[in-house]
Amino acid sequence: MIPRPFAYHAPDSIGAAIALLSDFGDQAKLLAGGHSLLPMMKLRFAAPEHLIDLRRIKGIRGIDMQGDEISIGAMTTEREILASPLLAMHLPLLVETARQIADPQVRYKGTIGGDIAHGDPGNDHPAVMLALDARFVLVGPHGERVVPAADFFLGTYVTAIEPDEVMTQVRISKPAVGSGACYAKLKRKTGDFATAAAAVVLRMDRGICADIAIALTNVAPTAMRAEAAENALRGRPVEDAAIAEAGDLAMAACEPAADLRGDEAYKRAMAGQMVRRALRTALSRCTG
Amino acid sequence: MNEIARDPAADLGRLERLEGIGCARKRREDPRFIQGRGTYVDDIHLPGMLFGIMIRSPYAHARIKSIDTSRAKAHPGVHAVLTAEDLKPFKLHWMPTLAGDVQAVLADGKVSFQNQEVAFVVAEDRYIAADAAEMVEVEYEELPVVVDPFKAMLPDAPVIRDDLAGKDVGAHGARRHHNHIFNWQIGDRDRTDRAFDAAAVTVSQDMLYPRVHPCPLETCGCVASYDAVRGDLTVWITSQAPHVVRTVVGLLSSIPESKIRIISPDIGGGFGNKVGVYPGYVTAIAASIVLGRPVKWIESRNENLTTTAFARDYWMTGELAADTDGRIKALRVKVLADHGAFDACADPTKWPAGMFHVCTGSYDIANAHVSVDGVYTNKFPGGVSYRCSFRVTEAVYLIERMIDVLAQKLGIDKAEIRLRNFIPKDKFPYHSALGLDYDSGDYTPALQKVMKAVDYDALRAEQAAKRADPDCPTLMGIGITTFTEIVGAGPSKSCDILGIGMFDSCEIRVHPDGSAIARMGTISQGQGHQTTYAQIIATEAGIPASVIQVEEGDTSTAPYGLGTYGSRSTPVAGAAVARASHKIREKARKIAAHLLEVSPDDMEFDLDQFRVKGDPARAKSMKEIAWAAYNNVPEGMEMGLEAVDYYDPPNFTFPFGAYLAVVDVLKATGEIKVRRFYALDDCGTRINPMIIEGQIHGGLTEGFAVAFGQELPYDEQGNVLGGTLMDYFLPTAVETPHWETDFTVTPSPHHPIGAKGVAESPHVGSIPCFSNAVIDAFAHLGVTHTGMPHNAYRTWQQLLALNIAG
Ligand SMILES: Cc1cc2nc3c(=O)[nH]c(=O)nc-3n(C[C@H](O)[C@H](O)[C@H](O)COP(=O)(O)OP(=O)(O)OC[C@H]3O[C@@H](n4cnc5c(N)ncnc54)[C@H](O)[C@@H]3O)c2cc1C
Repeated sequence: MIPRPFAYHAPDSIGAAIALLSDFGDQAKLLAGGHSLLPMMKLRFAAPEHLIDLRRIKGIRGIDMQGDEISIGAMTTEREILASPLLAMHLPLLVETARQIADPQVRYKGTIGGDIAHGDPGNDHPAVMLALDARFVLVGPHGERVVPAADFFLGTYVTAIEPDEVMTQVRISKPAVGSGACYAKLKRKTGDFATAAAAVVLRMDRGICADIAIALTNVAPTAMRAEAAENALRGRPVEDAAIAEAGDLAMAACEPAADLRGDEAYKRAMAGQMVRRALRTALSRCTG
Repeated sequence: MNEIARDPAADLGRLERLEGIGCARKRREDPRFIQGRGTYVDDIHLPGMLFGIMIRSPYAHARIKSIDTSRAKAHPGVHAVLTAEDLKPFKLHWMPTLAGDVQAVLADGKVSFQNQEVAFVVAEDRYIAADAAEMVEVEYEELPVVVDPFKAMLPDAPVIRDDLAGKDVGAHGARRHHNHIFNWQIGDRDRTDRAFDAAAVTVSQDMLYPRVHPCPLETCGCVASYDAVRGDLTVWITSQAPHVVRTVVGLLSSIPESKIRIISPDIGGGFGNKVGVYPGYVTAIAASIVLGRPVKWIESRNENLTTTAFARDYWMTGELAADTDGRIKALRVKVLADHGAFDACADPTKWPAGMFHVCTGSYDIANAHVSVDGVYTNKFPGGVSYRCSFRVTEAVYLIERMIDVLAQKLGIDKAEIRLRNFIPKDKFPYHSALGLDYDSGDYTPALQKVMKAVDYDALRAEQAAKRADPDCPTLMGIGITTFTEIVGAGPSKSCDILGIGMFDSCEIRVHPDGSAIARMGTISQGQGHQTTYAQIIATEAGIPASVIQVEEGDTSTAPYGLGTYGSRSTPVAGAAVARASHKIREKARKIAAHLLEVSPDDMEFDLDQFRVKGDPARAKSMKEIAWAAYNNVPEGMEMGLEAVDYYDPPNFTFPFGAYLAVVDVLKATGEIKVRRFYALDDCGTRINPMIIEGQIHGGLTEGFAVAFGQELPYDEQGNVLGGTLMDYFLPTAVETPHWETDFTVTPSPHHPIGAKGVAESPHVGSIPCFSNAVIDAFAHLGVTHTGMPHNAYRTWQQLLALNIAG
């Protein structure tokens, strides 16, 4: 449980961080809360020679809203998300998600940027980002670009971030007034990753599903949208039969890997259950 | 009786000042733990101390073709890399186990379980050691692996222990196969078989008590410091039995016990994990002797969960014979016990299955027979008592499950069948069919109290209504256990470890100012000994608990004792405390009589003083007596006021309890919610109700963990799965159910203060209660058993098999 030797850097600007990344190439890793990276280093699965800590960089931490766009600095911790009155008011889905991540110790250190950038299909933010159509601000030596969540998660531990880029911000459009959302997660215990989880954002218009996003956690190599299930619901009343069908369609779409949490059949079934659970709750939260 | 006018208020004040037996005083040890002022082994730092790391086998079964340590040895800061070859000259490459087997300290030519100890790197600090560990090159040749104890007993099964070739007699008799360790039988087989043949009803059930681990918060570790100039060895060690460790180290090292000092400092939980002697201790000691510097070795969590002492792994078949009213006529049990690659079980020498023969439980069963076979597999050694007395958890699980199976077969209510079979109160002391003498018990009122408290009939009515409703999203289960434990090992005639009787000890010294120090052969790992022992002395010797210092764990100061496990501290050492207190009191009586110039027979003990019978105004307080002990004793009496007691108990004690659980199984996911848990415990005399409550909460929580989540499964290649806390279930406050506790008091007739021990009852009693509740939820669908742990995944598979999932 002791990592290989490494050098530690704590630059105080994005520019300096990017310069270090450019210097050291794939021998360097960015360090945010450390709660995904350090365990891998302690198990010696990862052995970066240089750690570039982002904690001293100003302007990439905190939660803000301009018009209908909510922006969250990449270095914002789960704990800060939990405690944010702004999010509680305008994006309670994110608060509900953060509450189900790990345990208080991890949430004091772990950041939303790290949770997303790690590319782990077991992490909870990626599916929620997909369901919210979030956009990620990536800054590199050639400037800034904005990548939508849909184009970001490429594979297990593989994302669209280039080795010399830093994620600085997460941008989310405030869900439409009257819409309801839910993150339903099945886990064995506190601090566990999901056996299966589903994020649902739903907008109803006079009893009809006007807009729907469903995304799944830990049942495929990356977080994924359950598009067939979404399509089946859009334009229909969200009744028991439709909810059941959406669950079935989500089950058909996922490709879980067996582990001690369960075999493929169980995880697939639980993906369906979490979709149904999240749909029912989201529906009950809709005011439209 | 004397007719003295007393002042009740003043008496009460004196009683409160004493804080004796029955007082819910706060734990004296907590302030230092809460404030981070404890001293655990890893807090020990000695000048020049080095750090050792174990290199372990990735394979479960393999021959070692070569070990190249040269690169590691050349790494800056490395002081030594030990292999079996280095230990051979000292004959330390193998060590004896508590079970009469031997265990490789460092693999001698082959490895027989994953993570087996292969080499030991000693370096300037733990960082260098970790880097150097990667540089040791070991070449393995894989051998076929067997992790299933049934397959291990097949004729052509791989030979796990080459070193035992040709040995057809082991420490516990004949071995009938190369992977067989022992067969142990108890009870009257013929009578039992006849009772089965004649019975109206019989039931049989296979059940596995899976491999689990005690998983204390603090892992195992030690600091060994050999002083070459003085020729003495000091070892700080996480041991539940420091004196036994001293004896073992003496045997291994040929250093006289007088030159070995074993210190168990604060211990962050033991639960049976810290009874044995592990390879890491031996290599640290050897390295310290060789290098002449202190050497620290501390396990990682994964090492703890996968190498030092699992518990259970009992494959049991239970059978009951009964009449049609459910009155049990006979019990028959067969067990295949998976002991892993070396037999390192911690049991009293004569009993390789511990006290499994308490498996007739709280029931009056005239005929019983038990047969246990111990088997080697390619899994790590252990078989310790995880928060229980030796194999008692397994025994209680078996009988409490079997009686439910019988009730289901006969359609008799699960509470009712217990009431019909309890050992009646007037049969105590009760001689069981398997040869144990139960000291005391009163089972019927205990169960009835619980049933009344939870309104048992209403719960069954609710369950019936839910079963009748096919749309109900949950299945409701009610579990009952009415268990009897056997603790306080034990009478030296039946219990010894390495030939040393399982007595325990106490030494009390009263100082001139009336304060006192007491030292015991036991060692607290969270049980609160500093608090409760002082309370016994307070009541029995009249010295306020607040001025009594309790010390344990240092073999150079404490009297020899067998340590703390199997709920033996209160039944055995607690008795020694009471008896040593009585010796103090008797000497005090004589001094008081001398001071008051009356005959000792005319003195009577009164809370914290001796007074003259019939003349209560003439009295001497214990404080005054203590002072006099150092300057004014009767002629011919030695000065001072101290006593030592070595207590060899005449019998075990038999705590019991009645537990009830209500669970709701979610059909959609297999998740189970423990809606209610009611635990009534009877541990005889209650020394500190607050500590009892705490121990019960802790034990129930651990029982909950075992029942619902803990297991160490293996794949076919012998890889241990789930050896981290990501998978291994340690419940937090979030998962832990709400506990309701209750008690009755049935003192032990043979214990000096009637106390029986309590810390393990909640673990032993709750696990089958949870299983019974989960299985009861499925009982109307014909299910008689499902295996532990009852996690959502396994429960969902049961739902799926019954076609009611989702
Ligand atoms: C016991 C435990 C339980 C957990 N349970 C959960 C859970 O249930 N759900 C869940 O979602 N997570 C869980 N986690 C993971 C936790 O939330 C991590 O904190 C999170 O995944 C990573 O965030 P971090 O800030 O700690 O990132 P780090 O560990 O510091 O970094 C993770 C990776 O992201 C990269 N990175 C970090 N920040 C940036 C950035 N701004 N730009 C580019 N790359 C960056 C790093 O280089 C690294 O590769 C758990 C962790 C632990 C230890």
